[in-house]
Amino acid sequence: MVQLSPTPTPAPARLSHLQRLEAESIHILREVAAESANPVMLYSIGKDSAVMLHLAVKAFYPARPPFPLLHIDTGWKFRDMIAFRDRMAADLDFRLIVHTNSAGAARGINPFDHGSSLYTAIMKTEALKEALSLHGFDAAFGGARRDEEKSRAKERIFSFRSASHAWDPKTQRPELWNLYNTRVRPGESIRVFPLSNWTELDIWQYIQAERIPIVPLYYAAERPVVWRDGQMIMVDDARLPLSPGEVPELRKVRFRTLGCYPLTAAVDSDADTLEAIVAEMRVARTSERAGRLIDHDEAASMEKKKREGYF
Amino acid sequence: MRAAPSPDLVASDTKGLLRFLTCGSVDDGKSTLIGRLLYDTKLLLDDQVAALARDSKKFGTAGDDLDFALLVDGLAAEREQGITIDVAYRFFATERRKFIVADTPGHEQYTRNMATGASNSDLAILLVDARHGLLPQTRRHSFIVSLLGIRHVVLAVNKIDLVDFSQATFDAIVADYRAMAAGLGFETVHALPLSARHGDNVLAPSPRTPWYDGPGLLPYLEEIEVDRAESAPFRMPVQWVNRPNLDFRGFSGSIVGGRVQPGDRIVVARTGHVSRVKSIVTADGELAEAGAGQAVTLTLEDEIDVSRGDLLAAADARPELADQFAAHVIWMHEDPLAPGRPLLLKIGTRTVGASINAVRNRIDIDSFAPQPARSLALNEVGEVHIGLRDAVPFDPYASCQGTGAFILIDRHTNQTVGAGMVRAGLRRATNIHWQDLKVSKTARAALNHQKPVVLWFTGLSGAGKSTIATLVEKKLHAASRHTYVLDGDNVRHGLNKDLGFTDADRVENIRRVAEVAKLFADAGLIVIVSFISPFRTERGFARDLLGPREFVEIYVDTPIEVAEARDAKGLYRKAREGLIKNFTGIDSAYEPPLAPELRLSGGTRSAEDLADEVIAYLGENGYLERAEDLDWTI
Repeated sequence: MVQLSPTPTPAPARLSHLQRLEAESIHILREVAAESANPVMLYSIGKDSAVMLHLAVKAFYPARPPFPLLHIDTGWKFRDMIAFRDRMAADLDFRLIVHTNSAGAARGINPFDHGSSLYTAIMKTEALKEALSLHGFDAAFGGARRDEEKSRAKERIFSFRSASHAWDPKTQRPELWNLYNTRVRPGESIRVFPLSNWTELDIWQYIQAERIPIVPLYYAAERPVVWRDGQMIMVDDARLPLSPGEVPELRKVRFRTLGCYPLTAAVDSDADTLEAIVAEMRVARTSERAGRLIDHDEAASMEKKKREGYF
Repeated sequence: MRAAPSPDLVASDTKGLLRFLTCGSVDDGKSTLIGRLLYDTKLLLDDQVAALARDSKKFGTAGDDLDFALLVDGLAAEREQGITIDVAYRFFATERRKFIVADTPGHEQYTRNMATGASNSDLAILLVDARHGLLPQTRRHSFIVSLLGIRHVVLAVNKIDLVDFSQATFDAIVADYRAMAAGLGFETVHALPLSARHGDNVLAPSPRTPWYDGPGLLPYLEEIEVDRAESAPFRMPVQWVNRPNLDFRGFSGSIVGGRVQPGDRIVVARTGHVSRVKSIVTADGELAEAGAGQAVTLTLEDEIDVSRGDLLAAADARPELADQFAAHVIWMHEDPLAPGRPLLLKIGTRTVGASINAVRNRIDIDSFAPQPARSLALNEVGEVHIGLRDAVPFDPYASCQGTGAFILIDRHTNQTVGAGMVRAGLRRATNIHWQDLKVSKTARAALNHQKPVVLWFTGLSGAGKSTIATLVEKKLHAASRHTYVLDGDNVRHGLNKDLGFTDADRVENIRRVAEVAKLFADAGLIVIVSFISPFRTERGFARDLLGPREFVEIYVDTPIEVAEARDAKGLYRKAREGLIKNFTGIDSAYEPPLAPELRLSGGTRSAEDLADEVIAYLGENGYLERAEDLDWTI
């Protein structure tokens, strides 16, 4: 943990945009901790989760954040992600809950044989709802940002969910000032998005400024990849089916976004430092979700998933 | 994690943040403008442009061009119906500033959505179609923007290309707007001619409007200074008590007004406890100073009672404290606001039981004029009087948004049903602060097992006021209620013996009576006031002083012929003979109440019957319930 510095730091004349975003996120984290009976932080191991976790540590300093971390493990995360997750939870002394839809796993649900839609519904959405109900969490932090996708742009910071975890864009509560209505009845819950107003570039600048640890997959390195539908998929383990004669090719790649490995595409890059990543971001001409295969499933796909209970 | 802010955070200090909203109907080109800003600042990425080109062909209204409006109309229902149904947030940045744009729709739900977008904005861009000039909705949007406290407006006269870049058209619209917005309290109104579709005056001044000598829209937005919370006195609602171990006790919260340094004297507004700031703790180390917008943790020199919901404030510039206030409310629910409905009010970090005591008016957002009203429907704005279960500290919204804004929550459905802005506290002297713990009115009334109220009898001399008042007191006394009568006999001969019967003295007479009645009510008594009190203004003063739930106006409506025929004290005869001047009903006016809580037909029924009528009214309206039976709990 951070030690109090001996000499107080003078206040800057005006807050930078990162400082204002940080303050807003901390306010949101504290508000939930104070008002919700049983909050949890969804930890997906990616860069947004890394920032959210870092903000949680700052929000409650010198105390520890008063909630556990929940990771929905589909069984198809990159091996580097799982190792990183366990290291972070241990380093920061968080209680980590890992939940897998065991019924889905027992049926062998996977993205290759069942398609990304069904796989996502069962191993992510259903698993998440199952875990929230099992532990009785009435508030769950998620790292979603409004700049990611069009239906996200309209989501509240405090997103109310019915007892069946459904999101109805028409019954969302008006959200004025920083006065958040956190009240729920038994069984109902809220999803809370402290990073709503951050952009992808903000995230990277903040990671750089605060030196926040991130999964090594974000840094460019030689990795074995194969081509699927015009996207580069990394061969993380032997479960990725290869066509007869297909040989993974070694390329210098990195990931802008991390999900399940067969559903997340890599990009060519030489950016192997934070500085290089931020520089690459500044001139990037595609959005990060271009590398997320599940978003292309159908028109308005994110909105549909959210209505069903996806984050 | 490090012990001090990194150079990068400090270096990016020059890059501030501006939050603004855009107002105007779909046809005014609002979404097109936002799309244009994203496009011109290179924030649109290749795959987004590709998606936009695809969507433009399918849904677009801009021919073969990119339809920027599709970028911001996000939900499936909206794309199908071609309307925007909610507030969407968009982000873009230049080297100088990051921008957060609240895009709010222009159709019927606009009040609610605009208020939502405006509540977190520092500036509003009002779009006007150059072909149509000001529309009724331009007035409405300006009013809502003003109501929410936005002080900086950009009047964007859009589609200037469609009026041949006419300076005369532009000047006429700007002159109209300045005249219309004169009373709305904007600090800056910057007007510029614009073509969102073609980009004129967006990034840089357009050669096609050489007569416009100001900056482009984006450079203007990069430069304008909007900070204001810093100038307010220090205010921090406590969110969370930080107590990791027995050696550390800090109070975490976001500063909403002013600045604070170690050593500053602060007060816990609810209790009046004063202490000094010991340190400003953050994970980046202790700070020498912090200001509005920062999330910090304060430790204090003294071990005093502070909990979530408390407000820490500068000890030499304290907030007001009241359990009733007058406020503007925007009603956001389909069921109209009804006085008396049990609500929760969240102000700062405090949530407290509340009810609307009275709707004072509804504001016509076309004329900005208050209109008489008894309720507020969805999307209507009006002034209400709100009663709270406990006194809460606050500032008028105009002084400090963070301590003057509130939301209203339905107790049963948990829906957010309204949003409000405190105008002023009621009843309590606003600059007298609690000195530590005091016995409250509620506590005193509870000890008496009753609800304090002032029964204000008004009517002509000889109308029967005192006779009825005396009977009412006897009946209440018999029912073990603690009462006191204020009338001419016990006030005119003592407290007010320096006053005569001129209009000025009558006004002062009633002012003193009202103040005494308030003190007695504060003591927990049922106060019975029996004065002619001929002027509406003075009775209105008493009503405002006491608040609507504690002021019951009883008009003893006896015809002057009946009163004069009784003439128990021989006063009418003397007045007719000219021996008494300024006698009400003879040579001085009596202004009958327009909407008394109770009207008694004097002269037709006995005083005994009329007294029973008063008792019945009190019973029916909950004044005779035992205080401990009242449902004031959350």
